[in-house]
Amino acid sequence: MKIAVCVKQVPDATSHKRLDAATHRLDRSGEGVLNATDVNAVEEALRLKDAHGGEVVVVSLGPEKALESLRKALAMGADRALLVSDDAAAGSDLLATSRALAAALEREEADLILFGQQSSDGDGAVLWAAVSDRLRRPMVSQVAELKVEGAELTGKRQTEFGYDVIAAPLPAVVAVSDAINEPRYPSLKGIMGAKSKPQETLSLADVGVEAGVVGEAGSGTTVRSSSPPPAKSGQVKIEDDGSAAEKIVDYLAEKRMI
Amino acid sequence: MSGVHPADYPPPFASSEATGPPTDAPDERIDVGILIVGGGPGGLACAVRLGQLLEEHPDVRERLGEVPVALLEKGKQPGSHLLSGAVMNPRAIRKLFAGRMAIEEMPTYGPVHGEAVYLLTKGAALRIPPPPTMMNHGNWIVSVSELGRFLAEQAEASGATILPETAGQKLLVEHGRVVGVRTGDKGRGKDGEPLPNFEPGVDVTAQLTVLAEGTAGHLTTVAIDEFGLEGRNPQIWALGVKEVWRVAKPLRRIVHTMGWPLRKRARYGEFGGSFVYPMGEEHVSIGFVVGLEYADVELSAHDLLQEFKTHRLVRKILNGGERVAWGAKTITEGGLNSLPSRLNGPGFLLVGEGAGLVNVPRLKGIHYAIESGRLAAESAFASLQRGEVAGRRGALDTYDAALRETYVWKDLDEVRNMRQAFDKGFFIGGALASAMTVTKGKLPPKELDTHRNTDATLIRTGRAARYPAPDGTLTFDKLSSVFASGNRTRDDQPSHIRVQTQVPRDLAEMWHWMCPAQVYEVGEAGGDGTVAVQVNPSNCVQCGAISAKGGRLTPPEGGSGPEYTNT
Amino acid sequence: MTTLVFLESHDGELTKGGLGVLGKAASLGDDVAGVVLGSGVRDAAAAAGAFGAATVYVVDDEALAAPLPQPRVDALEAVVRESGADTVLFAASVLAADVAAGLAARLEAGLNWDLADLRRDGDELVGVRPALGDTVLVEVGWTSAPRLALVRAGTFDPVESGGSADVKDVSATFQEFSTQARLVEHLTEKASGPSIEDADVIVAGGRGLGSPEGFSYCEELAEALGGAVAATRAVVDAGWYPYAAQVGQTGKTVSPKLYIALGISGAIQHKVGMQGSGTIVAVNKDPNAPIFDFADLGVVGDLTQIAPKLTELLRARR
Repeated sequence: MKIAVCVKQVPDATSHKRLDAATHRLDRSGEGVLNATDVNAVEEALRLKDAHGGEVVVVSLGPEKALESLRKALAMGADRALLVSDDAAAGSDLLATSRALAAALEREEADLILFGQQSSDGDGAVLWAAVSDRLRRPMVSQVAELKVEGAELTGKRQTEFGYDVIAAPLPAVVAVSDAINEPRYPSLKGIMGAKSKPQETLSLADVGVEAGVVGEAGSGTTVRSSSPPPAKSGQVKIEDDGSAAEKIVDYLAEKRMI
Repeated sequence: MSGVHPADYPPPFASSEATGPPTDAPDERIDVGILIVGGGPGGLACAVRLGQLLEEHPDVRERLGEVPVALLEKGKQPGSHLLSGAVMNPRAIRKLFAGRMAIEEMPTYGPVHGEAVYLLTKGAALRIPPPPTMMNHGNWIVSVSELGRFLAEQAEASGATILPETAGQKLLVEHGRVVGVRTGDKGRGKDGEPLPNFEPGVDVTAQLTVLAEGTAGHLTTVAIDEFGLEGRNPQIWALGVKEVWRVAKPLRRIVHTMGWPLRKRARYGEFGGSFVYPMGEEHVSIGFVVGLEYADVELSAHDLLQEFKTHRLVRKILNGGERVAWGAKTITEGGLNSLPSRLNGPGFLLVGEGAGLVNVPRLKGIHYAIESGRLAAESAFASLQRGEVAGRRGALDTYDAALRETYVWKDLDEVRNMRQAFDKGFFIGGALASAMTVTKGKLPPKELDTHRNTDATLIRTGRAARYPAPDGTLTFDKLSSVFASGNRTRDDQPSHIRVQTQVPRDLAEMWHWMCPAQVYEVGEAGGDGTVAVQVNPSNCVQCGAISAKGGRLTPPEGGSGPEYTNT
Repeated sequence: MTTLVFLESHDGELTKGGLGVLGKAASLGDDVAGVVLGSGVRDAAAAAGAFGAATVYVVDDEALAAPLPQPRVDALEAVVRESGADTVLFAASVLAADVAAGLAARLEAGLNWDLADLRRDGDELVGVRPALGDTVLVEVGWTSAPRLALVRAGTFDPVESGGSADVKDVSATFQEFSTQARLVEHLTEKASGPSIEDADVIVAGGRGLGSPEGFSYCEELAEALGGAVAATRAVVDAGWYPYAAQVGQTGKTVSPKLYIALGISGAIQHKVGMQGSGTIVAVNKDPNAPIFDFADLGVVGDLTQIAPKLTELLRARR
């Protein structure tokens, strides 16, 4: 079984994430790590490989240094890493990113494509829905439990209304939530072996995508400006004189919270 | 006077717990050629030099197997646990990259353009001529964390395998010699129970092990104990806390201060000072250092830094700026008198600050780390070339011999009594220090005693009342500072700190104030004059202070701790 | 501006989220229509008229019976063509997010998500979204046609303005791949209350509770509000409450509509885990506790007195 896992490098979660003053986009110049839920997706792929055999390839769209994060996935046990890296892709929004990613995934012809459900940097959310439409494959998201039997998958999908058990034939696209598993630590042997596993870097042209359909040119959205949020207005601070509980109830009622 | 000595409450830890033969089956072990523990300037310089030598001598490289050089780093990546001022003497790094790269091509903040030394009182700053030990012309300003990342790239390029998020937990000793290191487990819960993703540590065996763990190094301490390498005098430490600030106006020279807010009288035992260094046009590095033999229960290096920032001189520098990083580390202070009797043993070498190679009066250690790392590589290489068994007694004596021939030894000899002179207080100490400098260490002729940091008897002076309340703009509390260090240590793991948890109140409070990361809190009173000590290990930034003052720091799960980037 | 608003329905009823966005759209635009997709949903569709829709498009088909996104992309594509809409708005939900993104790829239309507000700037539509853990506000726009937007859940409340809508049936063809995923069964939540990640209301406790037993204040108050209980790292470290309830930098990040903090100082490690909450109410006896810097309602007082009284009053209102 061939599983492709789409992963992303996000800025390290130290205390100083900032927006670039000129572009108002996240400043990605610092250190990067593998997005947290993507690690859950890699883990799920590895579990399926442990059970069914096959190959796990991690795929990413990003700058050259994203290779470091892909190495973590290789250290965990993934077999191959594929990075699509091209300056023209910088500033891609959902449309442009999904175009480039779909083209790369088309080449791989995987039985199952996994995504992590959430991105700590706020981008890439719902990428899987756009990618699966382009690839014309069935898709299940918010999966907290995944099973594959033969050529069919069953996923437990978490929604606001409970759990839906969904079945779909392979090849399919699945986005997993962080509740699905507890990722393994890469073993020391795994970390040492990662270096020698195949790591491919491709340009957009290599995956058959023209520069004009990615990056800002290929995006359907723009970022106009950024600013600090207005200072919290209407903050109230009171000292309890015996009636605090009543005052809290009034406050909540006024805000229609109760 | 409380009459409480921290030395009376040793930590529940014995070096024998962290020593032993390999326990993994032979095919489970990871076998490497030369194993380096610690990704700081010392360990990385060793890896770089080894790479250079092995490239020139493929026949020797062959003997080291598939992984000729491996380096363990307990932080997320090299640099994550590196912190310093720093103004670095460039000679060692120039030597390391001689003929390959000039210092101008390395990540630095340029050469020192000017310097000023001040003696502070609460309201004033008296400029004094820099003492001879503090002339920094020809030295370069660096962030040791950035330097570490750079050196790691060079080490990898030269063929070393760097293993981040990997702690060296146990010294593997077999037949009286060090045969490698066992790495720490990952995925244990608070009570030590294996969690679903438990990953046990592994025996990494090597022909030779270089311990380059830095201050209060875990395996270094174990090795010195187990192989009887204690020096003439006990090791002593200072604690430094620093911040990086983005500033509105560039600082054009490096600044050192002495005096306020430290107290001069000998009974307080407060030796130290501050530094403020420009980092390019937009940032400064500002820190405060205090020796850990102080006597006051309420002395807090972190709060001294906050208090220091309120001085007129410093406000001017930081005005309009913003704090962007914070961190802390201990600095080995004993100098020559406290070095281990030998820096090598059967199968291993000691390098850098972990070995005690720091020049306190000059505030320099990075270039000694790099130089000793380079010499360790050469000595190891020579031994391999001679076809010796690394464990043979004396095989690595060439390292000690080489070190003694270098400026590292000469420098340390010149200032060997300087730090200890300050036990007598600032004024007498200052006079003695001047005498030492002028005579290049020939005076005083005898050795001044080194007193263990844990020997000081604790006193109370109400010091804490004078610390500034954190305002969140200029001054900060410890918790938000721990956040600014990038520390996101997993909470649900066993505590890595060995310390007695039912002790006299004075001792518990001393630990509470000492620790820059608020790891220790005073808990319930025990009714017999003792109190419980509550330990919050996930705050720990692994500075090492507790090891100097009655406890014992061991490495937590690999990847834990601060994530320094520009300290 | 011709706007379509996706009105999600569940068990035959339109959800609040979509109706709230409908009201906002009515205030922004000239031509506002709702879209209801499902099987047996015509009655529900008609109700949308009262909330701001002049027209409601309905695709009623067996293929849309299960709450799955891909057939909805096919159906919405048909409605967009039929209506000529230049803007499609969604209230975020698990389902709506997938539908919006799928539609974006299908129509090659730009999608902005996690919007906390929308406004007109002449002919242009501008979205406002918080970023970097709600510490920055970013203004976003579109360069495509149509424009797609996902509005943060709970941003706009439905406004019942009365009126009725013109219901228009639209038929859609479904792609083969769209109907390959199928619902096998539906399982409802266990009765033990919401998890802290999903809860609309969270009552969190810290050291100020005094002892592990102090968590009973949190539990009773949470029960009265239908919420979940959370804890700070300090008390979890001390063993007062389980790790699964920990909110903060090294615990969970939550953003409920209402966050009540009892005996919590508000250290930054905790703050980053809950600062995105809608309304923050804090009770602490220390007037200088940092939590008062960012609480909407700060109460300096004894939580052991205030919390039980509050619980009692809330129960009485039920």
